[in-house]
Amino acid sequence: MVRQTLRWLVSSLVLLFVVTALTFVLVSLAPGDAARSILSSASGSYTEQQYQQMRHLLGIDQPLAAQYWHWLSNLLHGSLGTDLFSGQPVTEVLADRIGPSLSITLGTVLVSGVVGVGLGIISARSGGVLGRLVDFISLLGLAVPNFWLALVLVELFAVRLAVFPAGGYVDPVGDPAGWLASIALPIITLSAGGVAFIAKQTRDAMAEVLGREFVTMLRARGLSTGSIVLRHALRNAAIPVVTVLGLLLVSLLGGTVLVESVFSIPGLGQEAVTASGGHDLPVIAGVAFYFTVVVVIANLLVDMSYRWLNPKVRAS
Amino acid sequence: MTIASASASSVVEPAPAPTAARTCRAWRVLLRKPLGRVAAGYLLVVVVASVGAPVFAPTDPAAQDLAHALSGPSAAHWLGTDRLGRDVLSRLMFGGQITLLSTVEATVVFAVLGVGLGLVAGFRGGWVDGVTARFADLVLALPAIIVLLMVVSVFPGDDLVTMVALGVLSCPTLLRVVRGQSMALRQELYVKAARLAGLTNLRIMIRHILPRLTGPVIVQLSLFSAVAVLVQAALSFLGLSTPETRGPSWGNMVGEASQVLSRDQWLLVPTGGVLVLTVLALGLLGDAVWDVTVGRFQRTQSTARRPVMHSTVDTEHVDALLSVRGLTIAFPGEAGDVTVVQDVSFDVAAGEAVGIVGESGCGKTMTARGLLGLLPDGGRIIAGSARFEGRDLARLTEREHARVRGSRIGLISQEPMAGLDPSFRVGSQLVEVVRRHSTMSRRQGRARALELLDLVNLPEPDQVARRYPHELSGGMAQRVAIALALAGDPVLLVADEPTTALDVTVQAEILALLADLRARLGMAVILVTHDWGVLADLCDRAVVMYAGQIVEQAGVTELYRAPRHPYTEGLLAANPHLAATTGDLPAIPGTVPPPSAWPVSCHFLPRCRYATESCGAEAIPLGTAAPGHLTRCVHSDQLVAR
Repeated sequence: MVRQTLRWLVSSLVLLFVVTALTFVLVSLAPGDAARSILSSASGSYTEQQYQQMRHLLGIDQPLAAQYWHWLSNLLHGSLGTDLFSGQPVTEVLADRIGPSLSITLGTVLVSGVVGVGLGIISARSGGVLGRLVDFISLLGLAVPNFWLALVLVELFAVRLAVFPAGGYVDPVGDPAGWLASIALPIITLSAGGVAFIAKQTRDAMAEVLGREFVTMLRARGLSTGSIVLRHALRNAAIPVVTVLGLLLVSLLGGTVLVESVFSIPGLGQEAVTASGGHDLPVIAGVAFYFTVVVVIANLLVDMSYRWLNPKVRAS
Repeated sequence: MTIASASASSVVEPAPAPTAARTCRAWRVLLRKPLGRVAAGYLLVVVVASVGAPVFAPTDPAAQDLAHALSGPSAAHWLGTDRLGRDVLSRLMFGGQITLLSTVEATVVFAVLGVGLGLVAGFRGGWVDGVTARFADLVLALPAIIVLLMVVSVFPGDDLVTMVALGVLSCPTLLRVVRGQSMALRQELYVKAARLAGLTNLRIMIRHILPRLTGPVIVQLSLFSAVAVLVQAALSFLGLSTPETRGPSWGNMVGEASQVLSRDQWLLVPTGGVLVLTVLALGLLGDAVWDVTVGRFQRTQSTARRPVMHSTVDTEHVDALLSVRGLTIAFPGEAGDVTVVQDVSFDVAAGEAVGIVGESGCGKTMTARGLLGLLPDGGRIIAGSARFEGRDLARLTEREHARVRGSRIGLISQEPMAGLDPSFRVGSQLVEVVRRHSTMSRRQGRARALELLDLVNLPEPDQVARRYPHELSGGMAQRVAIALALAGDPVLLVADEPTTALDVTVQAEILALLADLRARLGMAVILVTHDWGVLADLCDRAVVMYAGQIVEQAGVTELYRAPRHPYTEGLLAANPHLAATTGDLPAIPGTVPPPSAWPVSCHFLPRCRYATESCGAEAIPLGTAAPGHLTRCVHSDQLVAR
């Protein structure tokens, strides 16, 4: 147990280190920098001296390693630096943006998990024509580009039927119903692929487990089909399904970038796109940091669920 | 001597009528291949149309015609025009060039890195493998889209770099597949032989391993290229790569369509449609390749029920607990149904122990499982009956069978460990079965579970109940399995090779337990075994099976003393425990034929030392050789004479 936790901790730190270091290297490689972005957006023309002053002011005249070291030591004090453009602390800039992104990603994981596992079980049980149908729906779900699906959904449900808003984000604290309506279309958009992905995995895992000897023996003992499928087989098929749920969460971080842009939701993904355009390194690194933290937590949860699901892992 | 026929219709023809399973399979074969072909054809069209766009495109993709903006499909513009009156079809064809180029770039990087590193890691093993695995883990953990966004912002407009990055970020999936496969191949004889022959590693990898990987690699490549098409389109849609100003791309055309969505919805159809179809085609192609290469042996048939033809019912024993008549079981094969159990008839009286003995593949396990409605996928009872407590087990629905299983008939199997659910404690599994067959409360169920564990002589039942199956020894697991089988108080226990997988000392204990339980509970037992010793320990009567048929049936002592079938005689002579001779152990020459190669007449004919002209003519019926002694042999009196 201690060993496991330690291993997770080390690998998480390595991952955080690699991702943020990579961010610094990539941003520094980019032609242009934040100083030019700020100066040209402020006045349009500027002198070389003004440019150097700005670079110094922003701290981006220092060697990259020094900048990264500075950023890391700030991190130990709970700071992610300051937004080069607004001067606000990055933690503050991103604080409001975590909610929308998490609402969408977790909502999608939930919907994909429930619907995907349900469809997967149905197709594993019935085989034949229905199995083929679920296969095809899965394939279709994976094939539809989510940004395109988002547009179609907006046209149908927001413009024509006017059931959901076409965009924007409502805070759940004041208006829970409005919040649900505001994240409904983004979640449906991302769930198309998610459901397909989970359904396929569930189907394969369930088909494998249902073919095992212990299932035959459960039948031999007269247990009901419901108990055999939902209690015994699903429990044994859960590990691969949980694994892909974790993978889905990680891949959804990417999906939010697109969906937030289409539905104009002020989330982390949209912030990342904006910051990339302005070479705003602290904000980019901040988003990368938060995303990596989500990945790390997802990995931990998946690992913990293995322990819970498989008594053999628990024992060792 | 007269040979009285025990069952009138001894051979039942496997019906040629198409079953649901077969129809479904035929459909699949028909559908699968053409789908793959349609997908490949579509992709070919896309490639030709894109590459040949300068030649084939109806108009210049940039030619504006504001008078006919957003015109919708027409004879002049098959797929309509956009907001500047440009021809959508031409723009899709030119846009395809970017998709095609980007996909090829990303896929080449993906393939070279994935196959190269995977081969080296799998083939070399050791530290090379270790380092590669770490690299793969790390790359997989990176949030790919974030890295891609950064790459895009660093190299704006440079699609090549973006696609190379996508290839690198995705290569671990292919790497893992190739690594796994080549690790397995490395152990194969022909690779070892190539090594001994002095071929260099590189040569072995390219000449001998790579070709075997083609199937799985193509599957991965087609799936990845589908991803690449989507990612390229998404980035282009966001304006991060190939913005509109650089000419049409599938992604930015969706973006343009979104800007005029309120005025014109048609534009979403061709732009999104071409993306969906292309990704779908790549996915289907991968599926088809998977089916042909990897999945060929993995797919299983679904069970199809079919009306059971009646055999002779008149000879059933009314007072027997179980009366099986003419039981015939078939599985779907490549060329129609294959019969694996043929015309099996026997009785089991209440409290009696009957052994079904024979070599593996003779149909004894299928007979036992068929009675319980637990045949493997595709297997069906196609004829015969099995009268049990007023029901015909051969004709029950799944639901009706489930009511009999566990409560009236218990089953214990050959692999006690594999027969337990690894995820639940022994106690909870027992309680569930106990409560299924009674109206006990949870607490009463728990008490009953402990009683059952005590009944099968497990010391410290409460402690065993808390264990998971993997914490049990083989002998303990079989005792638990017996407790589970007894949980519903069955009147008949089917024991399918209950001691085969156990140590010799444990075998004796389990047999003693079964004999004891039978005496105490008054259950009837059907023991399926290949072991004459086990048979003698437990059973009153034995049914000998060979190649799907019963060849002899008699009391156990009678059978040992005077076998009336050449196969039984040969088996007994070949048994080291029973053979009287001190010299070489006599063996039956030849091997058991597979079900597809069974002779029409006597199944044992090709291996029989008594065979004469008269054996080969027609099916041999099971006849009475002596009171209570049946045999399927025309020469049975010769055996007694010896």
